[in-house]
Amino acid sequence: MTKILEAHKITKFFHDPVKIQVLRDVSFSVEKGEFASIIGKSGCGKSTLLYILSTMDTDYDGDLYIDGVMMRNKKEKDLARVRNEKIGFVFQFHYLLNEFSVVRNVMLPGIKLGKYSEEETEHRAMEKLKVLGIAGEALKKPNQLSGGQKQRVAIARALINDPVIIMGDEPTGNLDKKNSEIVFDIFKELSEVYNQSLLIVTHDTEFAARTNRVIEMEDGAIIRMQAR
Amino acid sequence: MNLKLLFGVARSLLFARWKQTLVAAFGVTFSITMFIGLLSFMSGLNNLLDNLIINRTPHIRLYKELLPSDTQPVDLSASYNDHYNFVRSVRPKNDRPEIQNSFAVLNALAADKRVLGAAPKVTTQVFYNVGQVNLTGLINGIDVDAENRLFAFSEYVTSGNFMDLKNIPNSIILGKAGAEKMMAEIGDVIQVTTPSGDRVPLKVVGYFESGIQELDKVQSYASISTCQRLLGESSAYITDIQIKLHDINLAPELAKEYHTLFGAEAVDIQTANAQFETGSSIRTLISYAVGITLLIVAGFGIYNILNMMIYEKMDSIAILKATGFSGSDVNRIFILIALSIGIFGGLLGLLFGFGLSALIDNIPFDTAALPNITTYPISYNPKYYLIGGVFSIITTYLAGYFPSRKASKIDPVIIIRGK
Repeated sequence: MTKILEAHKITKFFHDPVKIQVLRDVSFSVEKGEFASIIGKSGCGKSTLLYILSTMDTDYDGDLYIDGVMMRNKKEKDLARVRNEKIGFVFQFHYLLNEFSVVRNVMLPGIKLGKYSEEETEHRAMEKLKVLGIAGEALKKPNQLSGGQKQRVAIARALINDPVIIMGDEPTGNLDKKNSEIVFDIFKELSEVYNQSLLIVTHDTEFAARTNRVIEMEDGAIIRMQAR
Repeated sequence: MNLKLLFGVARSLLFARWKQTLVAAFGVTFSITMFIGLLSFMSGLNNLLDNLIINRTPHIRLYKELLPSDTQPVDLSASYNDHYNFVRSVRPKNDRPEIQNSFAVLNALAADKRVLGAAPKVTTQVFYNVGQVNLTGLINGIDVDAENRLFAFSEYVTSGNFMDLKNIPNSIILGKAGAEKMMAEIGDVIQVTTPSGDRVPLKVVGYFESGIQELDKVQSYASISTCQRLLGESSAYITDIQIKLHDINLAPELAKEYHTLFGAEAVDIQTANAQFETGSSIRTLISYAVGITLLIVAGFGIYNILNMMIYEKMDSIAILKATGFSGSDVNRIFILIALSIGIFGGLLGLLFGFGLSALIDNIPFDTAALPNITTYPISYNPKYYLIGGVFSIITTYLAGYFPSRKASKIDPVIIIRGK
């Protein structure tokens, strides 16, 4: 199995207002097609870890490999490219741009990557929306959509560049039971049908329990890793 | 591809707050309009005043001045060659106030290729006799044709025909203010007393207005031959030669040359009218200062609006960065926003500035001082439009620079976690 993401002894300190160690020698890896989740109490450092893994936070010690490439010492521009090409994000809040239509929102990272022409990117965006069952809303503005629909658009956006991994930070945190279920099913389907790797941070133990692997964190360290 | 995408994002951010955008753009428009209007008006006025001076003033004036001799006998003595000598209280020597060998000088000037023309002149002080009262005056004896050709004499003869000066013997054109004082109508005969004490009758054939009241009270014009006759001198008697050049910039150099060549005092227009040059450049400086101040104020407006936009769009910037836009992409987006405000506002400003200039150009402007001016002067120099355009882009770029940098440095983690 290929390792999509590998973290090796990741350590992080917060310096402000006092020096606190938030992550202690965190090492683990995510394999191709794996649906992993990170759980833990608030403040255990799970979100911090996710932002380091997503290359947005560069202030850490240890090594991070994404798709076999070391992320240390890369320039801001190159990291942006990595995020664009290899990582798909789903956040607790949808973060869609209200100035653009739904399909355009999905297309933005694709156009930025510039791998396909604009027409092709649009076609691909429509495909993704179709998979997620919201193709009918493609031309609406995000603020005309329901919370669940918005989160599905955000997932479509995360998928547009066929990333090697999708990272989620409490993607169901803002959703009701029914919509959480829909989002989970989508993730499950992506993992099983499309062999998509996923790494989801959540505090919803029920959600986590149904993933392939649960990584449990406490006080900045991994205390348990259990494969199902 | 990338740039097109950035343009797309910039455009949608612009239109998302189109009212603010419009206000910012109008700030630029207003300042560019005022900049163009102000500078065009100011330089129009400068040109007008400069032309007044340049048209009416000789580029070089040759005249004879009674000065102490440059060399004293002791300087010429061979035995004191290696001595310093000081001669105090040197008095001017008595000499005739005419230019020596005036015909030869005039011929030499006529042959000089750099000279557009030369007009001889005889000036003499007189008394105008009004009943029991004598008023001091100055008569300029002029070569009517040359004076008109070189110095637009006809433009300031406001009543009567200036050619009568040449055609009617013993005629005079009085200053309007002086004529009113003497109550002399056109066609009347006035009496003048010459420096030698003779009384001569002269016929008034016209009035002139120079624009300077005091001058008009004292000065008057007669033909050169009339003036020579008043003085009892021959036709070779000339006190001034006024020279107009093809290239005014040669004046200081030629003045020196003529001074040594003809042995007469020579003063160039740049020296004689230095204060006009200073006035023009200070007026221009002030208008630039006001124009640029306006632009800077507009720049602050853009700065504010961009800053607000960045606070408002913090989430969008964060997500753009999270999904693969680099800091420099975000920077470019905001610079593009600033520049499009600047270019749009600036172009409109140039257009309105032209309109404002055209409007000022059509406002009636009647002044006794300038009889041939009917509307406010405006200069349509494309230089000002160029400067205005370039400045609008530079200011908006600078106004956009700091907010853009701030936007590019936004840390997406902080924004995303903050929710």
